[in-house]
Amino acid sequence: MKLITALALAAGVFLGGAGTACAQELVNEIGGVTIEGTSKVNMFRPEKDTDTIPRNFQKQPQLIPHSIKGYNVTQNFNKCMDCHSKERAEETGATKVAKSHYLDREDKKHSNISPRRYFCMQCHVPQYDAKPLVENTYKPAAKKGE
Amino acid sequence: MLNKLMPNWVKSIGLLTVFGLFAAGIVFWGGFNWALEATNKESFCISCHEMEENVFREYQNTIHYTNRTGVRATCPDCHVPKEWGPKMIRKIQASNEVLHKVLGTIDTPEKFNAKRGQLAQNEWKRMKANDSQECRNCHRFDYMDYTEQGNRAARQHPQAFIDGKTCIDCHKGIAHQLPAIDQHIGKQNDGAVAISHGEKPAEPAKEEAKPEAKPESK
Repeated sequence: MKLITALALAAGVFLGGAGTACAQELVNEIGGVTIEGTSKVNMFRPEKDTDTIPRNFQKQPQLIPHSIKGYNVTQNFNKCMDCHSKERAEETGATKVAKSHYLDREDKKHSNISPRRYFCMQCHVPQYDAKPLVENTYKPAAKKGE
Repeated sequence: MLNKLMPNWVKSIGLLTVFGLFAAGIVFWGGFNWALEATNKESFCISCHEMEENVFREYQNTIHYTNRTGVRATCPDCHVPKEWGPKMIRKIQASNEVLHKVLGTIDTPEKFNAKRGQLAQNEWKRMKANDSQECRNCHRFDYMDYTEQGNRAARQHPQAFIDGKTCIDCHKGIAHQLPAIDQHIGKQNDGAVAISHGEKPAEPAKEEAKPEAKPESK
């Protein structure tokens, strides 16, 4: 029993010490950058505008190959749909929204996207120059016939 | 000698009076101009909470407020013409804004948002009518280097200019939030403001087009 108490105390002292060390370094849980030192300069930057980025796997939501700074998707207005709607796509040269987006949950087709597809950036994301924190060996499944 | 050079009317009212009038003119004009410029400052605009709480705060997140080079556009840079004539007209129209300040027409964010569609349309109409004069005080088509622009901008800009479009046709809601726009997505904004992209080519650029916007459009 005494041993357990002693061990617990020791652990407590050790953890306490580690705790203070953490508090001093203020480590950011993502990149190990100190919170105090996090400045705009060190933040990831958006990739330069490019042409359409090829998909990494089948049915992957298309990546956004351009800056979306200041593009708001609010109750009042959906900036994405200002170019990507089928009426506007031809003039703006933007990729048209896929047909699947016009269906509501009852599979009923609408004249424009279904409200459940309103928040584009739930699936479609822009690219930043962030390097992967962990290497991975992901490979897409082979396409039919490969 | 001096008597010969002076016209008769100067003699009759006296040299001192003439200089006095001249000096008074300078003081009066200087004072008028000073007062006018005092109302043409951002600090003046946001001294009204209607502006400070709504449009100014939205604007603080945009590129015209904060950007990499620190060049800024203040309220009057976009909302008041620089030329004397149009500026006077705009300032006289702005007296209506004082009336609505007193009436409290937009004195809460709720009231402001209820009127946002109308206010925005006034300002779009004004900018369309003067060929986005205030934008072009800084952004001139003639000096745009398309090779420095993003692919998409470099493709769209020349085409838009050929079509006779003006800045505001496409660049709406870049400094303030847009009102509810009917994009035919769901029922949320049914019957709201329809946004135009300048499908009808604008008339050829007029040098001193009169701003037509209602004064409360500021």
